[in-house]
Amino acid sequence: MRNAWVVAKKDLGSYFNSPVFYVVTTVFLVIYSFIFFQILTFFSFQSVQANQFQGMNVGLNLNDMVIEPSFHNMAVTLLLIIPVLTMRSFADEKKSKTYSLLLSSPVHLREIIFGKFLACMTVVTLMVLLSSYCIGFLLMLGEPEIGPIITSYLGILLMAGCYVGMGVFASSLTDNQIIAAVIAFGMSLFMWIIGWAAQAASAEMGEVLHYLSLVEHMQRFLKGIVDTSDVVYYLTFIFFTLFLTHRVLDSERWR
Amino acid sequence: MIEVKDLTKFYGPRPAIKGITFKVNKGEVVGFLGPNGAGKSTTMNILCCILPASSGSAEICGYDVFEESLEVRKKIGYLPETPPLYPDMTVTGYLKFAAEIRRVPAKKVQAAVDRVLEKCVLQEVRQRIIGRLSKGFQQRVGLAQSMIHDPEILILDEPTIGLDPIQIIEIRKLIQDLAREHTIILSSHILPEITQICKRVIILNEGEIAAVDSLEGLTSSLNKSERFVLKVRNSQNNIQDKLSALDNVISVKAETEDQFLIECEMNSETQDRVARMALENSWGIEELKLVSMTLEEIFLHLTLEEHEPSEVKNGVGT
Ligand SMILES: Nc1ncnc2c1ncn2[C@@H]1O[C@H](COP(=O)(O)OP(=O)(O)OP(=O)(O)O)[C@@H](O)[C@H]1O
Ligand SMILES: [Mg+2]
Repeated sequence: MRNAWVVAKKDLGSYFNSPVFYVVTTVFLVIYSFIFFQILTFFSFQSVQANQFQGMNVGLNLNDMVIEPSFHNMAVTLLLIIPVLTMRSFADEKKSKTYSLLLSSPVHLREIIFGKFLACMTVVTLMVLLSSYCIGFLLMLGEPEIGPIITSYLGILLMAGCYVGMGVFASSLTDNQIIAAVIAFGMSLFMWIIGWAAQAASAEMGEVLHYLSLVEHMQRFLKGIVDTSDVVYYLTFIFFTLFLTHRVLDSERWR
Repeated sequence: MIEVKDLTKFYGPRPAIKGITFKVNKGEVVGFLGPNGAGKSTTMNILCCILPASSGSAEICGYDVFEESLEVRKKIGYLPETPPLYPDMTVTGYLKFAAEIRRVPAKKVQAAVDRVLEKCVLQEVRQRIIGRLSKGFQQRVGLAQSMIHDPEILILDEPTIGLDPIQIIEIRKLIQDLAREHTIILSSHILPEITQICKRVIILNEGEIAAVDSLEGLTSSLNKSERFVLKVRNSQNNIQDKLSALDNVISVKAETEDQFLIECEMNSETQDRVARMALENSWGIEELKLVSMTLEEIFLHLTLEEHEPSEVKNGVGT
């Protein structure tokens, strides 16, 4: 795995040396902050009203009314933004012919793929960590429960891992970054909304579609519950995307 | 060291190389010569485990490039046609990465980087961003990358392309230095370059080996005649006949009214006699110069000589 880390280090360097990381992170933080403070304003407005008219606490709770929706929105924002981070990983190497350096080096293909995944994942984690200043702000204002916050971050990162996996996969299909981003975005969105088809489908089919949907597994994390089946789902999903990437690159090599 | 048998590669329905067979021994420097599209880069890509062959086999140090490619990749250093450079990295950063990915032990990375920086004369640009270097410097960084792990075998695809004449000489010297401890395959479509560096040449044409020959064999078989151009100021219509009448002259072709291509026997001092004749007849010499054979002409020669068995020096696969 030392080799995977070598690849990851190189990719991280190129993220931080180019404007990509800074632009993407800024956009992400601005959008997320905007949504967060909108939600917070709405919440304080409601709690003031509740106090005025009923003179008592009706169970308005920071966790349910601010933190949970803000994480939901973060998940959507990440869905829009991660394809931009992942689009370079293989597409750029192929385009600029640097891929031949990786291929002629004594490293396994799986190490290259994992390194690429690791680099994107590190960047995404950093972005999510930076955004946590909003939650810090809440901690100063009120007393939200810490447990669900932590599990929500875990859930978000696992979900982001799936986006990154799909992004790396999309990037392995082509040497054109735009196409890679569009495919990654399409796949991510599709895996997000696939649960919608559940209503129309038959009972068993509906259950399967529900299970496949990325959001479905997010719910329990947001409530503070870590269910092994959800973790397994996300990890399997990530593994599967990386496995597909391996298949694509391997077959390309032997075509 | 390197053994290639019947190697064939199809891109879709079109073959890029058709049944190539050759062998390179340890410590040899072999040149691939051929015009554009001959299949030089394709062959090299296959040897470096980047492309799969359609059929046939290639072995490096006894390891098959398809079956045991990891072992093969440990032993080779490769400079592809387009140097594999990351434009946003610094030269040192890039070479460090190359060393690490080529599995140079962590402790030796710095020493390896310093060594190739010196060898490829890159010290003064060590901290520069690769994307902002000139083409020649980029080429040198590519070359540095290929030898960072001190590989047994170096495969260099047109290593001197884009370099200035002084650098070309430097790099040739460097390759000759390396040749003492390494086995080297390099490609080029420049004949003089190959003749200076390589002991043996493999000539590829349209995906096939047109000839495998030692350099002496090749030059001697080609240098039975030499040719030069005579350009005169005062054109007269009997010049061609007069030139043809000289001893040792094989043929004279009037390229324009005042320019003639003279083919004569090797070392026959015909030039002197042509000059004397020009002076005596006051033609007015504007230019008298030797023309070397172009690659196309060598190919013509080689393909013609294939039909005369006595002229073929070594068979394919020596
Ligand atoms: N990726 C590819 N897809 C289809 N055909 C290809 C591909 N790469 C090379 N070819 C074809 O294979 C043949 C050999 O190409 P190759 O690059 O090996 O030539 P070369 O000898 O290196 O030429 P040059 O001197 O121009 O570098 C050419 O006819 C080329 O058009
Ligand atoms: Mg080539």
